Amino acid sequence: MLLIYCPHCGEHRDEEEFHSKGQAHIARPLDPDNCTDKEWGEYLFFRKNPRGLHHELWIHATGCRKFFNVTRDTVSYEIKEVYKIGERPSVVATAS
Amino acid sequence: MSDIIAPTKPTAEQGASAASIALMDQLAGPAVRAESPLYNADLATKARQGAKTGGVTLQEHKLLGHLVIRGSQDNAAFLAGAQAVLGFDLPTQPLTSAESGALSVRWIAPDEWLLIAPGREAFDLENRLREAMSGHIAIVNVSGGQTVLELSGPDARAVLKKSTPYDVHDSNFPVGKVVTSVFAKSQAVIRRTGEQNWELVIRRSFADYLWLWLQDASAEYGLVVKD
Ligand SMILES: [Zn+2]
Repeated sequence: MLLIYCPHCGEHRDEEEFHSKGQAHIARPLDPDNCTDKEWGEYLFFRKNPRGLHHELWIHATGCRKFFNVTRDTVSYEIKEVYKIGERPSVVATAS
Repeated sequence: MSDIIAPTKPTAEQGASAASIALMDQLAGPAVRAESPLYNADLATKARQGAKTGGVTLQEHKLLGHLVIRGSQDNAAFLAGAQAVLGFDLPTQPLTSAESGALSVRWIAPDEWLLIAPGREAFDLENRLREAMSGHIAIVNVSGGQTVLELSGPDARAVLKKSTPYDVHDSNFPVGKVVTSVFAKSQAVIRRTGEQNWELVIRRSFADYLWLWLQDASAEYGLVVKD
């Protein structure tokens, strides 16, 4: 069982209180009506699946119900950092 | 990673331009019998006929007024409006609560609080809060959707330990702290109101289930129901 830090509650809470919502920092196309099918399809369906550092969106589902970002190592499951929506990650992969 | 990192927040002025809102007093008046979510548990009879001593005491504080208050801490008119009506500040420190007289406020999230007041005062409070606040705010009367249970006694903490993964030790859960967490596969807003007193705000739809759970979890210590 992992303890995950919620940046809104300001303390570590049980994994059971959280849900992962997949890849973070996905920008919705600003002009959806004029997207190509490829652009729209990539926005809707295509996600990264990296081996190593991954930036993910999580929600403190049974706590404060707020979203936040997590940088996580998909190999070790180690959470490298937690940061609020609107902030930039400080731990980033060196080569992609 | 995208360059766009956050959506733009609506300003206080943008929120203020919203159209007026239809308000409804949810109380039907004294002629209509009100039933708490635990009406079918018949706690009054349990209190009369059940055990008089035991390690855990359970009491429902029923038919209170519950208002969800939402707004940004950046909006000074929101915080000042709450202070003016309640007589005390909304607790902005995470996981804290504040109370004065019959009013109590729990921090739920950075932009959300739960105010509990006497049932008959909820509608008046809602109106006065709306009057005193401006900007991008929301007040929702959720009185019918939840109820308050108080667990007390020397073994109340042991019952909590069975029910939630949250650490309820003194060092982590002082009096006045409030957390929303998993509770017996459901969810509860848990607040410590005294050395041996804990308040649970639970959902109406889970009330019967949690009542059954609490009876089972308390059985080994002896459960006293108080009306
Ligand atoms: Zn949280």
